[in-house]
Amino acid sequence: MTNQKSFIFDTELRLVALTGIKVRSLQELRDELPRIPGSSIFFHTHQEYLAHDFQRSAHFNDFARWVSQALREEALAEKLAAIDLLAFTTIRELRDAIIATVDEYLNDLGRPSYECRPEEAFHFCRSRSFVLPTGIVADDVDDFFRQVASISNASLYFHFFEARLRLGRRTSDFSRWLNDRGRPDLAAAIDALNPYHRTLDELRCDIVQLGTNTGTPA
Amino acid sequence: MSAHLEDYRKIVGTQVIDELLLLADRVRHLRLQHINSTSVGGGVAEILTRMVPLLRDLGIDTTWDVIKGNQAFFAVTKAFHNALHGGEETITEEMFDVFRATTEMNLGELDNCGDVVVVHDPQPAGLIAKKPETGGRWLWRCHIDVSTPAPSVWGFLRDYVGQYDASIFSMPDFAQQLTIPQYMVPPSIDPLADKNRELPDDEVRAVVARHGLDPDRPILTQISRFDRLKDPLGVIRAYRMVRRRQDCQLLLAGGGATDDPEGAEVLREVREAAGNDPDIHVLELPPFSDLDINALVRGSTIVMQKSIKEGFGLTVTEALWKRKPVIGGAVGGIRLQLLNGLTGFLVHSPEGAANRAIELLGDPELCSALGSAGHKYVKDNFLTTRHIRDYLLLMLATEHDGTDLSLLTGGTA
Repeated sequence: MTNQKSFIFDTELRLVALTGIKVRSLQELRDELPRIPGSSIFFHTHQEYLAHDFQRSAHFNDFARWVSQALREEALAEKLAAIDLLAFTTIRELRDAIIATVDEYLNDLGRPSYECRPEEAFHFCRSRSFVLPTGIVADDVDDFFRQVASISNASLYFHFFEARLRLGRRTSDFSRWLNDRGRPDLAAAIDALNPYHRTLDELRCDIVQLGTNTGTPA
Repeated sequence: MSAHLEDYRKIVGTQVIDELLLLADRVRHLRLQHINSTSVGGGVAEILTRMVPLLRDLGIDTTWDVIKGNQAFFAVTKAFHNALHGGEETITEEMFDVFRATTEMNLGELDNCGDVVVVHDPQPAGLIAKKPETGGRWLWRCHIDVSTPAPSVWGFLRDYVGQYDASIFSMPDFAQQLTIPQYMVPPSIDPLADKNRELPDDEVRAVVARHGLDPDRPILTQISRFDRLKDPLGVIRAYRMVRRRQDCQLLLAGGGATDDPEGAEVLREVREAAGNDPDIHVLELPPFSDLDINALVRGSTIVMQKSIKEGFGLTVTEALWKRKPVIGGAVGGIRLQLLNGLTGFLVHSPEGAANRAIELLGDPELCSALGSAGHKYVKDNFLTTRHIRDYLLLMLATEHDGTDLSLLTGGTA
């Protein structure tokens, strides 16, 4: 989506695929975590950011929410919610961190883990993604900040959240392109934003604001 | 009257419509065919009636065919339906024979299949036998709750389902152990349908008053058929607890129960429980009451859906769309829609429902916040346009079987 001159905005549309795998206890969750596809780990740690952007969630990921709501294991829910997604650049690292958190909790539990009611089971899903060009292209840095204000949340999500795991480094498509265009200051400022603590609308405003603050018209 | 794609632009936004057009560009060369068992009545027909014209607006060559069947066939498929829902049904080998015979008859009449064929629900599932002859990609779209199906019927159906290229369920809870891919496509509501479109305030107040309620006093409402699984008696109990603290009226409205013996029994119990309380309004609404239902929900202060068991719960979706604070039983698809404390409240008992209702009646700002968030959640996730997007993506997915189109979606990284 980037070349030396223009920034080409893509978007990502996704279907939710069902794995047919469900768990009802912490031990069952632990047993499945190493086996489920990486796309399922990604789905359950990220889907909420696209599903709703009106408010930041208390749990940040599906695992934390389920552990809280179905198993009532609030302490573990807090630990799972506290996993810093920005700290990882691969799904493998993220998966290992989730497993380690569950393992530590199970080791200290000192009692059997609860089994939730059948209707509260955790169902593993994964997403199947389709990346399409939006037709929106920014020719220069000024134009880039103008266009960011109008792209869809799905496009913002693709270039910001997914890029890090796709590129395997702690940056976004935006920062990478701005760096290439000789604006490492703006690239660094965008990298400093924590997308996991903002709604997509807020994140968009933050980015547009960065362009405004540096004299780049939004 | 059918709405057109452009009519949705002002509701869902330009980006959503542009994305649909972008996606349609990729699948316009594929002919899409829907097959179900009825052209009128029932949720599937309702969805297809609205969706097919919109797919055509997108330039997708879309056809909709309906299978034929006699009374005996539909009696069998009704029994299958109940058994798949987990109900107790006596299923005989003769019933399977009736199903097979009707399938054979319809196979003989089916021609000109699309490149992508979507077969809805169990009734036409056997048409998959046509695939070796016609080719194309065949998808089985299951709209019903099969979370706890009767093994005999699911075992029979699974032999057909396993031959499809993919299956589609409405919720993760309905997923099965199948060798074919399974996708989740939640149902949707149409914001331009009579049941959901915007109404002027004076019209809302007039409808509320016409049904005997006072539009100037708080109204708690549950719109649902009279079914024990919807717990109307629990709603009455909750209302009585609320009334000790707050002035309010209760509206329980549902379809007529004349052809449903259990529904008539439940309605009788509800009326008995209501007693002579003038503030409890039990309404049996005739068919085609969509505008009245729309107005009654819009005129309500709080909407309840205190189900004990639920499929997806589109009545919740419809209330959220109308910016109503919703209190729902923590079951089925209600849990997907009510993010507790964000888009509504989940409860497990009449007491829980009463506590939340009291809280909401005393806090108009909270009502407004939940209503706004709920409206946006539905807008982003449960409107017709999202449903169409999912079908277009399914068409794209079937054309790229097994190919991960994003670097993130493959393997067990």
